[in-house]
Amino acid sequence: MNSRKLEILVGFFVALGIAAFAMLALKVANAGISGNGDTYLLKAKFDNIGSLKARAPIKVGGVVVGRVEAISIHPQEFLPVVDMTIDAQYQCRFSDTSSVSILTSGILGEQYLGINPVIAPKSAEQACLGLEVTSNDGDLGLDELFGVESKALNDGDFITDTKSALVLEELIGQFLFNQGGE
Amino acid sequence: MFDMLQKLGQKTFGRFAALGRSTQMLIGALWNLPNFRKGTPLLVRQLYMVGSQSLLIIMVSGLFIGMVLALQGYTVLVGYGAEDSLGPLVALSLLRELGPVVTALLFAGRAGSALTAEIGLMKATEQLSSLEMMAIDPLKRIIAPRFWAGFISMPLLALIFSAVAIIGAHLVGVDWLGVDTGSFWSIMQSQVSFQQDILNGMIKSFVFAIVVTWIALYKGYDCVPTSEGISKATTETVVHSSLAVLGFDFILTAVMFTS
Repeated sequence: MNSRKLEILVGFFVALGIAAFAMLALKVANAGISGNGDTYLLKAKFDNIGSLKARAPIKVGGVVVGRVEAISIHPQEFLPVVDMTIDAQYQCRFSDTSSVSILTSGILGEQYLGINPVIAPKSAEQACLGLEVTSNDGDLGLDELFGVESKALNDGDFITDTKSALVLEELIGQFLFNQGGE
Repeated sequence: MFDMLQKLGQKTFGRFAALGRSTQMLIGALWNLPNFRKGTPLLVRQLYMVGSQSLLIIMVSGLFIGMVLALQGYTVLVGYGAEDSLGPLVALSLLRELGPVVTALLFAGRAGSALTAEIGLMKATEQLSSLEMMAIDPLKRIIAPRFWAGFISMPLLALIFSAVAIIGAHLVGVDWLGVDTGSFWSIMQSQVSFQQDILNGMIKSFVFAIVVTWIALYKGYDCVPTSEGISKATTETVVHSSLAVLGFDFILTAVMFTS
């Protein structure tokens, strides 16, 4: 066999191998640019995380905006703390009055985090990004109404308003307790 | 009594001597930096023999294994209404286990036995000794290119195997049994991690490549230079490398996928 034909066949083999790698990396594992883009970290404390796992999706209105990075126990308060990595395009967009809850997809499905977003006012977003505060438009007098100044959530901040997972045993216990009371 | 002890000692010495000879062979073949100008044509020829010619068996068995996995997985999952999880089931079992292991087993049967028989015959017809007479190191000229060819081909073959098998699973699961194509891919993408699954699978197949090619080359290089010796060495290559692959697979899985 002449060496040209041989080299072509080897080239075909290697090209097929590279194509298989590309298919596995992009189509099967989704390690594309969007998957490993810039992110920032938010934290939230829960009373009970149910069966939430690392890598679970974080959704806003059903659209995935990030993933659960890690779950640990707060050293003093002994409550589970969930670290969330959120796509960097939403950095400083959520106000600190946003809430996060643990939800279940389907009746037996996996658990995921849902953020109920409150959009941060423009002035808070600029302050959070370290820009000069020029805008006053988002400030609709809410701060005076509630008596506190709303902030935008930046890297490492805690979301304080959290709703824990529903645990079936607790629900049944509550139901039986209420039945007994009647 | 003492005869038995002596036999045991003899066997132990024999095993260690074989291990030493095989290590010596590998180090002798790989010690010097490869000479790219002279080595590349040899390597390309071996890549063709070891890699390109294994392509057909790898792709066909990959396609059928993917199809069977999808069929079996579907019949179990549909009972729980969880047939959407077919994608991750197939992809994870292929990338973590079946891809590297089945490729290594097929590779041992298809390419490993051929390597052993070829080198064994070279030894029986004293081609290796004549090379030495011409001041050409047979380790560098014969063993080294074959080792590198196996080392390069097997991970590529394992990747091709997994990719083709996932396409086969898609064929059966989505086109025949009617799993939704969107959830097939998207749940697979959310469950399969690039580092954890694909890279660890590739590390596995690199380890298997070293093990299988090393055993095949050593069995050929060390065989008794008769027709009976060559046939015994070829059989031993397939048996020993299959057992070694399965053993190493357990160790690697225990290290990689338990936390």
